[in-house]
Amino acid sequence: MLRFALSRLLLVVPTFVGITLIAFLFIRILPGDPVLLMAGERGVSPERHAELMAQFGFDKPMWRQYVDYIGQLLQGNFGHSFSTKRPVLEEFMARFPATLELALCAIVLATVLGVAAGILAAVKRGSWIDQATMGTALVGYSMPIFWWALLLIILFSTSLGWTPVSGRIALTHYFPSVTGFMLVDSLLSGRPGAFASAVHHLVLPTIVLATIPLAVIARQTRSAMLEVLGEVYMMTARSKGLSPSRVIGLHALRNALIPVVTTIGLQVSVLMGGAILTETIFSWPGIGKWMIDSISRRDYQVVQGGLLLIAAMVMLVNLTVDLLYGLVNPRVRHV
Amino acid sequence: MKLMKALLTATAMTFAVAGAAQAKTLVYCSEGSPEGFDPAPWTAGTSFDASSRTIYNRLIEFAPGSTETVPGLAESWETSDDGMEITFHLRQGVKFHTTPYFTPTRDFNADDVIFSFMRQLDKSSPWYEYAPGIAWEYFDSTGMATAIKEIVRVDDHTVKFVLTRADATILATFPMDFASIVSKEYADQLDAAGTRERFNTHPVGTGAFTFVDYQQDAVIRYQAFADYWDGKQPIDDLIFAITVDPGVRQQKLVAGECDIIPYPNPADIEGMKANPDLTVMQQEGFNIGYLAYNTRQAPFDKPEVRRALNKAINKQAIIDAVFQGTGQAAVAPLPPTSWGYNDQLVDDPYDPAAARAELEAAGVSGLKMKVWAMPVQRPYNPNARRMAELIQADFAAIGVEVEIVSMEWGEYLAQSSALDRDGAVLLGWTGDNADPDNFLAVLLGCDGVGSNNRAQWCHQPYEDLIQKAKTTFDQEERKKLYDEAQVIFKQEAPWATIAHSIVTMPMRNSVQNFKQDPLGIHRFVGVDKSE
Amino acid sequence: MTVQTPDPTLDPVPGAGPAAQPVPPLLENWHYFTRSRGAVVGLGVFMALVAIAVLAPWIAPHDPAMQYRDALLVPPAWTAGGREAFLFGTDAVGRDILSRMMHGARFSLLIGLVVVTIALASGIIVGLVAGYVGGRTDALIMRLMDIILAFPSLLLALVLVAILGPGLFNAMLAIALVLQPHFARLTRGAVLAEKSREYVTAASVAGAGHLRLMFFTILPNCLGPLIVQATLSFSSAILDAAALGFLGMGAQPPTPEWGTMLAEAREFISSAWWVVTMPGLAILATVLSINLIGDGLRDTLDPKLKRS
Repeated sequence: MLRFALSRLLLVVPTFVGITLIAFLFIRILPGDPVLLMAGERGVSPERHAELMAQFGFDKPMWRQYVDYIGQLLQGNFGHSFSTKRPVLEEFMARFPATLELALCAIVLATVLGVAAGILAAVKRGSWIDQATMGTALVGYSMPIFWWALLLIILFSTSLGWTPVSGRIALTHYFPSVTGFMLVDSLLSGRPGAFASAVHHLVLPTIVLATIPLAVIARQTRSAMLEVLGEVYMMTARSKGLSPSRVIGLHALRNALIPVVTTIGLQVSVLMGGAILTETIFSWPGIGKWMIDSISRRDYQVVQGGLLLIAAMVMLVNLTVDLLYGLVNPRVRHV
Repeated sequence: MKLMKALLTATAMTFAVAGAAQAKTLVYCSEGSPEGFDPAPWTAGTSFDASSRTIYNRLIEFAPGSTETVPGLAESWETSDDGMEITFHLRQGVKFHTTPYFTPTRDFNADDVIFSFMRQLDKSSPWYEYAPGIAWEYFDSTGMATAIKEIVRVDDHTVKFVLTRADATILATFPMDFASIVSKEYADQLDAAGTRERFNTHPVGTGAFTFVDYQQDAVIRYQAFADYWDGKQPIDDLIFAITVDPGVRQQKLVAGECDIIPYPNPADIEGMKANPDLTVMQQEGFNIGYLAYNTRQAPFDKPEVRRALNKAINKQAIIDAVFQGTGQAAVAPLPPTSWGYNDQLVDDPYDPAAARAELEAAGVSGLKMKVWAMPVQRPYNPNARRMAELIQADFAAIGVEVEIVSMEWGEYLAQSSALDRDGAVLLGWTGDNADPDNFLAVLLGCDGVGSNNRAQWCHQPYEDLIQKAKTTFDQEERKKLYDEAQVIFKQEAPWATIAHSIVTMPMRNSVQNFKQDPLGIHRFVGVDKSE
Repeated sequence: MTVQTPDPTLDPVPGAGPAAQPVPPLLENWHYFTRSRGAVVGLGVFMALVAIAVLAPWIAPHDPAMQYRDALLVPPAWTAGGREAFLFGTDAVGRDILSRMMHGARFSLLIGLVVVTIALASGIIVGLVAGYVGGRTDALIMRLMDIILAFPSLLLALVLVAILGPGLFNAMLAIALVLQPHFARLTRGAVLAEKSREYVTAASVAGAGHLRLMFFTILPNCLGPLIVQATLSFSSAILDAAALGFLGMGAQPPTPEWGTMLAEAREFISSAWWVVTMPGLAILATVLSINLIGDGLRDTLDPKLKRS
């Protein structure tokens, strides 16, 4: 197991170096000049332009910029935002809890509902329940979520007025951020109604972000369950006279969950992509929206640092999933 | 440590909240996040709304809702006869904000004024670049950097600006955001602590509101400053709820989550006007959207060709489809709210038949041209692409074939300045200050050819007039010169003047005394809220 | 990669892995395929969409770019205030939404086709080379694929489009690049599994060259999973392109691409629901039909899940 873990870890290092190089190169070949964008219609004199470019080190040769960049990274310095002049890491950390909170809620919702629906469909294979669940899952899986978000807003916020349109909590609730997670902070604040308000604001974005993972997990659970239910030892279990619910609960589920857990882990990347759209639509102050804004502002350092941090996070989760997979499924270690 | 700090703030907040059980809170749903809270380095109106117009004051201020200037931190000022010196007499007894991170020990004085300007001028000051990459765009681009020779401290409450040239337009820059007065004492405190970058995140000013807290991309909170020199504000708390999407802003306004919002969707305005709970204010924006021909390129070097094309553009259709009614057809290159606006001008009529005939008379047939459309939404042009499509259809009707060109915004700004640019370009301008010079000279003067003068138009009779106006100190006289310049502009037609936007501010009926600002800033000084 | 984890976005069911059998005869496949009602419905809808796309210039009631200035934001024909001439209503500049949707079908299908072709072709070549040559080449290529997969696909596509410049073709290139590693991994895995089989060794002994071995001996035997993956990528491509269009980075207005239409429609969310609803429905219907076909194909081509 240790050798397996080490070999996986060793693979991560070159990949990460590759990611820094790619993120760096992307930014250098991005057309569009941040100085010009900042100046807007007013324009900027050529001398001033050169001065500002030099301030950011863009006048140095490319390899030199990369070496400097890696040097900074090793010191934990991700550069400064061009637009706000603040450290990129600080800006990232200020927004990351919002995205994480939304993503966690979405993944919990998707897992709970998805696994339940998958088991139900597998157990009632071929029945109308199975067909309805899987039909719905396929629709969810095919959903353009940005449109789905707009529809939900039209229905629940505009027409029915049940849910707030955007934001993380009602403005009347004010307490300082301790953890950055609104659900936790609102409880810590002890203000009546704050927690309810935070939940209220989370509902629609969570549903939207959970839609695709939910569909994927439901489908995955169903097929994993079907596979396991068909296997020989299940028949043995059944022939031993165990009750059907015990069979499903204990034996089938445990074995079926292995691929499901993998699927859930792999949804992290999907969630990050979905967060870009969801956060844009719901004015959710997280990193997805921040990245979009920064790309359109040509905020080089932010895009570069953001890409790096997000990729690192996705890799970390994938690595964890890989290791977990190796732990529960010894066969893969020796492939 | 961080937790400790948070808890400390928490305690402070609880007091603040508890003390004001009946606090009047005004919620402004703003359109974006500020870049920072030091007003001088930034250029976005969003940053100004959140910093200079709430937290700070200037020596000279605009009267609420007007381009007239009134005394601010300077009670009076005078210009020397040769126009080379301006002396400000400062207001006494003005207090800076007391916040959890700063307690002032003295009132506002001449040192603060000198520091506020010198940090932007003196490259050897540690404050010249106090955060990586910080720069003083407005100070440089308005010409302050070259206009100021020195700033003399006459006494505690008198400051003299010695200029390098006589310039009638320089006074108009003192009410601008970059000229906000910051605290020298606070700067010294940060200097000593080695935390200069906090100057931009934890602001201290003399303004009507004290900064309380900013949650990234979400909420900015302010409190009315009890010791404000002009009296405490009628509201107690001011909240900027950052809401980027205009549709969402409108929904939150209707739901009562916002009291007042900027920049609604044009499509929603009619509905809001019909809503009995809402009041919708409208005013012409301080901007101009135009189509600039390249007057150095044949056949657009002929004024008769440009005039003919102008007649083919159906401006009303543009107002309807692009502005959805929130625009006004533009006649002059200046907005109507400017004091230099010539209201005697007559616009080119929309007359495709005449346009076609005039083109033929000028010997132009089978003309193919490019029209550049900006990739971004601007106040003076909410949808350049759509506008270009309409112009394309209009020109097709007189036999001119149009190809629409678009590119990334930075590229667009750079390439549209090129002398040999192919085609006419859609662009516009929002006034930096109230001076007509900011439109007429910056956008159409000979100095701007190859940069801000997108028509590449240098016409001597026009140039003479605006140069003369620059050194004329009497406003009546200047107005006459500008009137004449606009007549020449209309005859020569380097642009098709398209539209001025109409700025709409919807608010709940409970919001009292809000005044729309002609320059497009959002200010809450004097605003009240009824129960 | 040692663990062939199922790909979540494109292939939710395991087993479409590298170990698939040689493709059974066509007729048998068709028989299996038609046993799935969903797949047949999907195929029907998809054929109808193709027909609409091909015939759009003839069957669309209006020119999609024609602006009826007297008919701005007219609601659908069946609602109050609607006009018969505009079945699904008009948009902000008076263009007929139905006609724009019909023409939009052309763009979406084109996007799917182009993206899948590019991603499939490049992915197969990269995967074949990696699997067949092995060693350092393999390691290098697979690290590169890992890097691409470490970025959320939409984010990567966004940055790529920002580099290439917004536009339909650039969006297609960006999406193809993002989808390509899935094909490369799949092909490589299949090649590794097939390489040591007897029939390959036999062909090699018989004197077949490397190219011949790669493309004519090994490749046909891993086509099954690739076809399934291609179908699923087709729908992903349409979704991603629409998302890019929605964010203003895909097809540019006035192109009647569905995502771009939605982006323009956002400002009418509370005043003109039809401008928002219609293009989204079209995207959903298209993607759904293709995914139905994909499911059917997988059941058919993947022996592990075949109904017995």
